[in-house]
Amino acid sequence: MSLATHATTFRFRQPSALPGFGLTFGFAVTYLSLIVLIPLGVLVARASGLGLEGLWQTATSPRVLAALKLSFGVSFAAAAVNAVAGLVVAWVLTRYAFPGRRLLDAIVDLPFALPTAVAGIALTAIYAPNGWIGGLLAPLGVKVAYTPLGIFVALVFISLPFVVRTVQPVLADLDREIEEASATLGASRAQTVLRVILPSLLPAVLTGFALAFGRAVGEYGSVIFIAGNMPFVSEIAPLLIVIQLEEFNYAGATAIATIMLAIAFVSLLAINLIQAWSRRRFGHV
Amino acid sequence: MSRTMMPETSTRGVPAPPAPSAAVTDEAPLTRWVLIGAAVAFLLLFLVLPLIAIFAEALRRGIAAYFASFADPDTQDAIRLTLLVAAIAVPLNVVFGIAAAWAVAKFDFAGKSLFVTFIDLPFSVSPVVSGLVFVLLFGAHGVFGGFLQAHDIRIIFAVPGIVLATIFVTFPFVARELIPLMQEQGTAEEEAALTLGASGFRMFLTVTLPNVKWALLYGVLLANARAMGEFGAVSVVSGHIRGLTNTMPLQVEILYNEYAFVGAFAVASLLAGLALVTLVAKALLEWRYGDALARTHRHG
Amino acid sequence: MEIRAEAITKRFGEATVLADVDVHVHAGELVALLGPSGSGKTTLLRIFAGLEQPSAGRILLGGEDATQVPVQARGVGFMFQHYALFRHLTVAENIAYGLKVRPRASRPSNAAIRARVTELLDLVQLPGLERRYPAQLSGGQRQRVALARALAVDPKVLLLDEPFGALDAQVRRDLRRWLRDIHERTGHTTLFVTHDQDEALEIADRVAILDQGRLEQIGTPDEIYEHPATAFVAGFIGEATRLPVEARGGVVRLGPHALALNGTRLADGPASLFVRPRDLVLADDGKANALPANVVAVRRAGPARRAELHLGEGLPTVEMELPADAVIGKGDVVQVALTRLRVFGG
Repeated sequence: MSLATHATTFRFRQPSALPGFGLTFGFAVTYLSLIVLIPLGVLVARASGLGLEGLWQTATSPRVLAALKLSFGVSFAAAAVNAVAGLVVAWVLTRYAFPGRRLLDAIVDLPFALPTAVAGIALTAIYAPNGWIGGLLAPLGVKVAYTPLGIFVALVFISLPFVVRTVQPVLADLDREIEEASATLGASRAQTVLRVILPSLLPAVLTGFALAFGRAVGEYGSVIFIAGNMPFVSEIAPLLIVIQLEEFNYAGATAIATIMLAIAFVSLLAINLIQAWSRRRFGHV
Repeated sequence: MSRTMMPETSTRGVPAPPAPSAAVTDEAPLTRWVLIGAAVAFLLLFLVLPLIAIFAEALRRGIAAYFASFADPDTQDAIRLTLLVAAIAVPLNVVFGIAAAWAVAKFDFAGKSLFVTFIDLPFSVSPVVSGLVFVLLFGAHGVFGGFLQAHDIRIIFAVPGIVLATIFVTFPFVARELIPLMQEQGTAEEEAALTLGASGFRMFLTVTLPNVKWALLYGVLLANARAMGEFGAVSVVSGHIRGLTNTMPLQVEILYNEYAFVGAFAVASLLAGLALVTLVAKALLEWRYGDALARTHRHG
Repeated sequence: MEIRAEAITKRFGEATVLADVDVHVHAGELVALLGPSGSGKTTLLRIFAGLEQPSAGRILLGGEDATQVPVQARGVGFMFQHYALFRHLTVAENIAYGLKVRPRASRPSNAAIRARVTELLDLVQLPGLERRYPAQLSGGQRQRVALARALAVDPKVLLLDEPFGALDAQVRRDLRRWLRDIHERTGHTTLFVTHDQDEALEIADRVAILDQGRLEQIGTPDEIYEHPATAFVAGFIGEATRLPVEARGGVVRLGPHALALNGTRLADGPASLFVRPRDLVLADDGKANALPANVVAVRRAGPARRAELHLGEGLPTVEMELPADAVIGKGDVVQVALTRLRVFGG
C-alpha cells in the first residue's frame, strides 16, 4: 500500500458487525479458567513449592524411578507397535475394497468409546492363565496378565486408533497421480511405496505415534486390572499417584504428576514440531 | 495444536476404493490379501475379541444370573449417579462449546491460538492427574480444604467432585467439533441474516444453530460416552462410597475386586452397549450428514 | 433514497483500506464501485451496510446520519458475493426470512409472506422453485434467489457485492442486462461492487473508481472513459499502453520525438502518456505530432485489425486500430499521429 500506514493502538479484537463476542468470550474464558486453568495452575504452584530438588528426590526414589521407567518403556513399545500396525490398518481401510470394510473402520474407534475399566477387565479375562488367549500361552510358559506384558497389551488396545486416524486422511488425500508418475518413471510398485508413499505418510505416522505414546503414558483404568501392580515390576506411574493420594501424601502425588505433565508437554511439543516441519516440507500435516 | 490432536474425531471419510483393476497403483493380489488379512486379524484380536469377552463373561452363569446382578441396589445407585453426572456435565460443556466456538470461529482477537490450545489441554493430561488437581483444590489438605471443612461442604469424596472431574475430562469435545466447522462456514450467512433485520439471538437460533446441529450432536455423543465411562479421574475424587459416590465404571471395579465377576461384567456390558451405540450413531452421522460436519469427518 | 459516504476512512490494524472517500448516490441511481482487488471497494460497501464500522467519516442514508445505526435497522438489501444463502432453508424460506424475523407487530401474515415470495420469484424469473434447497440450484439461480431475498424486505437501498463474480462469462453477460432491467422496474437506489470495467461501464449510471483506498474518479461511464481524471484511471480503463515521457515547456518528449500539449496543463518533469488503440491514426509525413513507427505485427482483434507498433528505442510497443482498407504489414515503417494526448504528471 502506498498509503501512509497509521500507527494504530493495539486492538484486542477486530471489529465485527456480528454480536455476542463479549458474552461468549467472557463466559468461555471464565469457564475455562475455573475448570481447567486454575486447577492445573494449582498443581503447578504446588510443584514449584516443592522446588527442583524436591521433584528430583521424588523422581529418583527407586520405586518412582521403576514406575516411570516402566510407564515410558512399555508406552513406547505399544506406540511403536501401533505405528506399524496402524499404518497397515489405515492402508487397508483406505485402499482396498473387501466385505466388512465399513464395519471394521467404525470399530477402530472402540477404544475411544469403551470405558477404560471395561477394557481392563475384558483384557484381563482374555489374557489370564485360564482365559481364551492366556490359556493358549500358558503351556508355552508365557504369562501375559499380571506382568509388564499385560500392561503392553492394554496400552496397545487403548492407543490403537491414534495412528490409524492420523494416517487415514493423509492417505486418502494422497494424489494417485504421483504414484502413476513414479510408475511412468520406471519405478516398481515396491519402489513407489518405499520412496514415494511412505515418506509422505511419515509425518502423520510420527504424529500418531506421539499421540499414542502420550495417551499410553497417562493411562490408568485399563492397566490396573491387568498389571498385577507389583512395586518395582508392574506398577505404573499413574497408579503411584493414586497410592500417594490414598496416603494423603499430596506432595508425592504432585511431584509424580508434575514429572508426567512435563513429559506430556514434551510429547505435545514434539507433535507440533513434527507438524511444523511437515507443513514446511510437504505443505500438509 | 492442530486437528491431529483430536483423533477421536479424525477422519472416517474413506472413499470407497476403486474397483480392483490392473492399474499401476494397485498391489499384486497376493500382497493385497496378505495386508487385508493382517489388518483384520490385528483388529479382531485387539478390538473384537475383548468386546465379545465382555458379553461372554457377563452371561457365563446364564441369562437369569445376568439380570439378577442388576437387582443389586448399589449397582442401581451407580447407574443413577452415572446418568446424573452426565446430565450435568454434558449440557454445561455444550454451553461452553457453543460460546467458545462462536468467539473463536466468528471473530479475530489477540491470543486466539493460545485460547484454542488451552481448550485442548484436558486431553493431554492423564486422567489420574485430572482428578488430582481437584483433590489439591478441594481435598482435606487442599487449597480450600480448611474452608470447606469449616463450612461442612464436601466436594471431594462426594458428587460435586465427580461432576467437576467429569466436566474436566469431557471439556474439549463439543468445542473442538464446532470450532473447525464454524470456521469453514464463515460469517456471510450470519451477516445476511443481520442485513435482513434479524436480532443477534434470532440470527443464532435460525442460522447458526441449524448449520451446526449435527456437529453439535456428534460432540455431545463423544462427550457423553466419555462422561459415563470415565474411570481414572472419577476414581481419584470419588472415595468409592457405595450407594453414594460410585459411578458405573467404579462399580465395575468394586465388583471385580470382590470376585463378583458376573456382576462386574454385567455392568460392563451396559457400558459396552453404550460404547457400541455411540459408535453406530457416530458412523451414521458421518455417513448421512458428513457434509454438515467439519471437513475431517466427511466421507470422501 | 439517496445515500452518501462522507470522508470515510477505514483502517485494519496498520493498513489503511479506505482514505477519506466521498461517494454520493442519488435516489434511484445505479452506481458501480470499480477497482482492482484490494482497492477497498467491498469494504466501502460493507460500511454502507453497517457490516463494518468506519474508522472516521459518516454514512448518510436519506440525508440522516446512519453511522451508528446497527446493520439490522439500516434497511439495506445486501447481496453477498457468494450469496450467503441459508443452506438449511428452502428457496421460499430464504426469501421469506427477512419478513419472518420482524417483530410480531410489523410482521406480515403468513399468507402475505407467501404472496410476496411468489411475486419475487416471478420477478427474478424463478417461479416454481420454492421448495428447492440452495445446493440444488445452479450458480445463476442462486444469484437470483439472493437478489429476491434482499428485495423481500423492501430495502431503501440495494448493495451488491460482485453480483456476477461467481458466474461464468456467458451467464454474466445475460444477467447484466437482467439486473439493469430489474433496477429500472423496482427503482431502488443501487450500489454494486465489481472489478470488471465492462460490467460497470455497461450498466451503471455512474461509476466510482477506487484504487488503494482512494476515490480516483466518479462520473458517468462516458466521462470516465473519455476523460480519465488521473493516471490510474487512464491506465485502468480501456486497453491503454503507458509510455514514459518528459514534460517541458508545453511539450512532452517521447524518446526522440516532441509532442505539443495543445493547452493541457502539465508541470515540467517526468510524466506518463496513455495510448489506446483508437487514439492512433495513420498520418502523412510532416503533419503535426506525427511520429514514425515500425510495424512489428498486424493481428486480428475481433471485427477489427490492429497493428503493433514500435515507436522508439526503450519504449513498449503500442497498438493501433487499422482502417479496413489499410495496406500495411510487418516490417513497414509508417507515420502515425495521436488524435488525443492523455498525459498525467508523475
